[in-house]
Amino acid sequence: MTSISLYLLTGIVLFVLGAVYLAIHPKLMGKIMAVNIAGSGVFLVFIAAANRVSNEMPDPVPHAMVLTGIVVAVSATAVALAFVSKIATNNESDRSADNGQQH
Amino acid sequence: MASTVVHWLLDALFILTLLLLAWRALASTDLFTAIVVFIGFGLMMALVWLRLRAPDIALAEAAIGAGLTGALLLNAYAKQKRTPGEAPSASTKPESGREHVIQFVFLVVGVMLLIPLGWAILSLPLSGEGLRSNVEQHISLSGVSNPVTAVLLNFRGYDTLLEIAVLLLAMLAIWVVSAHETPSTRIQPVEFSALWGLSATLTPILILTAGYVLWIGSNRPGGAFQAGALLGGAAVMLILSGYTFTMKPFWLRLIVALALLVFIATGAALTANGAFLQYPTEWAGTLILVIETAATVSIGAILVLLFLGRRPDDLPANKKTDLVHSDKDIP
Repeated sequence: MTSISLYLLTGIVLFVLGAVYLAIHPKLMGKIMAVNIAGSGVFLVFIAAANRVSNEMPDPVPHAMVLTGIVVAVSATAVALAFVSKIATNNESDRSADNGQQH
Repeated sequence: MASTVVHWLLDALFILTLLLLAWRALASTDLFTAIVVFIGFGLMMALVWLRLRAPDIALAEAAIGAGLTGALLLNAYAKQKRTPGEAPSASTKPESGREHVIQFVFLVVGVMLLIPLGWAILSLPLSGEGLRSNVEQHISLSGVSNPVTAVLLNFRGYDTLLEIAVLLLAMLAIWVVSAHETPSTRIQPVEFSALWGLSATLTPILILTAGYVLWIGSNRPGGAFQAGALLGGAAVMLILSGYTFTMKPFWLRLIVALALLVFIATGAALTANGAFLQYPTEWAGTLILVIETAATVSIGAILVLLFLGRRPDDLPANKKTDLVHSDKDIP
């Protein structure tokens, strides 16, 4: 067991942790953080695996892919958060519409 | 021998901290605490990237993964708080027995997922060549000497081209989703004079650093994404200090689309010589620098607009699109 295996396993644990909390987290923003943590787990597996090739220099192709992945993840997070705000605003206007009917 | 022990201790410390922060970010019931811990997780992740000899990713993670994602989350949290009657903790209702059962079921599913995935990952061979030797053989043709930049901008240029398109699309999607945002939920400048002084000092340094990171990316860790994130960070700080950017619609559109336009134009111009995005060796370094410079400007601008979370005031919406959304006005 090398330290690379440890990091590979950590990546798997992070992925599963994120996946489980994506399902059970009560708040939408918590679910978004869960997806991000699951994604970080995937990235960690990639980069730990890139270190398997040699002792001098890791494989640069997974590095480039993870770099792309980080940027795509932040784009998706920003869109998801915009949806969360929209849902909150819609819930609020629904509620005030309900109140208006009751009075 | 001593250094091996230190390395093992360091690895154990990194991994335990990482797992603890991830767990606290997800299990904490207070959303604000969770977000702050999540930012800590991102910074820890950046340290782990350094330990795994991935300095390019460490830079991007610290600036984008921890910094910008954290800013986006805090912004969304504050926005929910400002929405009247909608506290971010409004969904905390007493947990019923049924929810406990569901949580338990998912925990069991998680453990069941962990075992085969862990087994699969440990059964991978612990040595191999990967694609490293391919990259090393051809790096002299790529025009740059940082292998990660060579892969990003040359060998797998399509990835980066589409990545920039994803950023642009995300920004447009946010403009559509937040079309009906009221001014009350907008970002409020912080009334805090220390921040004004700080941003006045840091902005020129950040711009200079962004230029350096962009330039150095051709032979050392760095590049357009890290540099763009630094520019974006500087602009976010200025917005929080109360500075308002004003820009003509044409220039705003040009800046956000510049990277994609330059990238596609370069690729298309090269199709005469060979294939799309196949740089001639003697021009490769220059072309990569041109594309990266355009990408830095566009990425910086797009990241700020993602943070802003709505269509900027300088860019008035088309009247026709308002009609589509007017269903909310019907009682």
